[in-house]
Amino acid sequence: MTTGHPAAADQLAEQLSATTLLRFATAGSVDDGKSTLVGRLLHDSKSVLTDQLEAVERASLGRGQDTPDLALLTDGLRAEREQGITIDVAYRYFATPRRRFILADTPGHVQYTRNMVTGASTAELAVVLVDARNGVVEQTRRHAAVAALLRVPHVVLAVNKMDLVEYAEPVFAAIAEEFIAYAASLGVPEVTAIPISALAGDNVVEPSGNMDWYGGPTVLEHLETVAVSHDLSGCPARFPVQYVIRPQSAEHPDYRGYAGQIASGVLRVGEAVTVLPSGRTSTIEGIDALGESVDIAWAPQSVTIRLGDDVDVSRGDLIAPSSGVPASTQDVEATVCHVADRPLTVGQRVLLKHTTRTVKAIVKDIPSRLTLDDLSQHPAPGQLVANDIGRVTVRTAEPLALDAYRDSRRTGSFILIDPADGTTLSAGMAGDSFAAEPPAVPADAQDAAADEGWDF
Amino acid sequence: MTTTVASVTGGTDGSDRGEGAGTTGGGEAPYALSHLDALESEGVHIFREVAGEFERPVILFSGGKDSIVMLHLALKAFAPAPVPFTLLHVDTGHNFPEVLAYRDRTVAEHGLRLHVASVQEYIDAGTLRERPDGTRNPLQTLPLTEKIQAERFDAVFGGGRRDEEKARAKERVFSLRDEFSQWDPRRQRPELWQLYNGRHAPGEHVRVFPLSNWTELDVWQYIAREGIELPEIYFAHEREVFNRHGMWLTAGDWGGPKDGEPTETRLVRYRTVGDMSCTGAVDSDATTLDAVITEITASRLTERGASRADDKMSEAAMEDRKREGYF
Repeated sequence: MTTGHPAAADQLAEQLSATTLLRFATAGSVDDGKSTLVGRLLHDSKSVLTDQLEAVERASLGRGQDTPDLALLTDGLRAEREQGITIDVAYRYFATPRRRFILADTPGHVQYTRNMVTGASTAELAVVLVDARNGVVEQTRRHAAVAALLRVPHVVLAVNKMDLVEYAEPVFAAIAEEFIAYAASLGVPEVTAIPISALAGDNVVEPSGNMDWYGGPTVLEHLETVAVSHDLSGCPARFPVQYVIRPQSAEHPDYRGYAGQIASGVLRVGEAVTVLPSGRTSTIEGIDALGESVDIAWAPQSVTIRLGDDVDVSRGDLIAPSSGVPASTQDVEATVCHVADRPLTVGQRVLLKHTTRTVKAIVKDIPSRLTLDDLSQHPAPGQLVANDIGRVTVRTAEPLALDAYRDSRRTGSFILIDPADGTTLSAGMAGDSFAAEPPAVPADAQDAAADEGWDF
Repeated sequence: MTTTVASVTGGTDGSDRGEGAGTTGGGEAPYALSHLDALESEGVHIFREVAGEFERPVILFSGGKDSIVMLHLALKAFAPAPVPFTLLHVDTGHNFPEVLAYRDRTVAEHGLRLHVASVQEYIDAGTLRERPDGTRNPLQTLPLTEKIQAERFDAVFGGGRRDEEKARAKERVFSLRDEFSQWDPRRQRPELWQLYNGRHAPGEHVRVFPLSNWTELDVWQYIAREGIELPEIYFAHEREVFNRHGMWLTAGDWGGPKDGEPTETRLVRYRTVGDMSCTGAVDSDATTLDAVITEITASRLTERGASRADDKMSEAAMEDRKREGYF
């Protein structure tokens, strides 16, 4: 093993252990250059190691290609390499001295909706790729809509292939303006538009010499500096109980702690809390943060809480500050993305998993199905099939302390499960679909979407 | 449009949610977690989910650094109560003696229960046959899967990380295996938010990977931060080795070296711990955790590329073994 420059490496190692983590997702259709962008980010940030690159070179040569195909870095499965497509979400890891990254690399082919929903569910940022020659197309609007629906806090519009439009500012400006207006109308809180060429490397990691008119950050610079995690600690505190810790040992005869990961907000010792669904109240007597006793803890820390009173608390309960208790309901109104190959139908019996609680439920109604192209609502579709997004009403057997997804991605989300074989059926988001009222749809766009029938 | 970075803030809600916690523009939020704390918190959450939802979970424990970090997370997740899981080791019969000693010491120290599935017993019984190349890594799959069935384990924790290999990059945190322990990458459940779906039919089980989102460097930094003890073979020491296909393998009872493979004594350490027949040592003078971290940060080779012969058998070696039930 070569040791390179020990001093520099030492410094880098030290910096890395204190940095934060950014989880982000990419979205782009097949020919927008997403694989090239991902390959470029990994390659230019020196996250591709020699043996990986050699493997790619070997495989590329073996197929008669004379330059290494960077897409082979990310296509991990036999079937993917055979077909030259990406069939599933993959997670990639890279780091710079300023931050560590987890990239949900979502495929752009026909099953995009459920894949992008999966990738976006844990992402704090989404990169939406647009081909500069084509501008904002239906697919772009779908990506923006999924990012808005999943409430991804930050959206980057990467206008790619700028080299093919002679690096012209007006081309970029027009696309950025159109996209930002559309995203804002859906309630996307923040959009950063960056003109790039993933193939040539402009503004991905290195600033472009071809676009002097652009004064903003490169894609990597933006990923390194965008603020994260603030949305979790700013919300009212929510603590779903995962597991009750009761050693009953000679050393800890009376210890009774409620273990869980703080879903949102901040918890403090001495705080008055309410346990749901029972509604019993107590105070936080102690917080054990994985071996250390602390006075304050925040999302997404995994901790163990001890209460001042001997109240009945078990897995699936939710502890919240008495000053901000969520409403409990057995009638869940939500938007779901259907992810299974078998349909979701009105009257179907399902299991609903919300935080640490799984309850029996029945699909009472599917009032509408959403067309992502134009955000129009098709009334009473009767069922949802794979990749459909629709409004549903679900009646649960027991009350759930459910927040609106807009207020908490963690306590406002749920999954529907087939009780027969455990298949994950749908991803659910409680409350309203979009942060803002969707824009009015021009009549011709509606017709075009109906004709194309991509989601039938 | 003259502004080149266009930012839209506002909307009807949401964007100002963070302000209550004192978030200010630029820089990190006051309640940000370091990346190690975030990974630790996520790993602990995964252990507790399994404890809450499964009947008979088991932790695969080899005495390698990833399984050591897994056990450390489990100890933290349930403290001050004991870890509510047993351990399982698939013993190839070609393990490093130092690692077996570490394994037994650790099990005793924490009062844990260890199951062992033995490849040697399968070979002695004639159920498995020694391969011509002498490697026993692929032979682990049958003893592992039969042990899972015999003990009716319903959740099996593995230390696999998605950064290790491109087939592993596709792996879920909760990965359903059929009654033959097979992995079908095309029929995986989508994994949404942190809502892990552990439902399974009798006979099926779920492989659980709490370190999915960790990298090799994260593991080492965490070991350094937490002061976790490791088997000594992870640090530079003199060892009698010989070269096979560009890898330094340890000479020993397992059958190496063959004729024409001269041995020599070199200063080496291990980046991974596995079967002696296919786990290569790397030249190194790193005798401390800090030195190891420095070395890994500067290395231009991946962990598996530098030290695992079995992954090089074909472009899809890992995927093929995982499909059969390998971890």
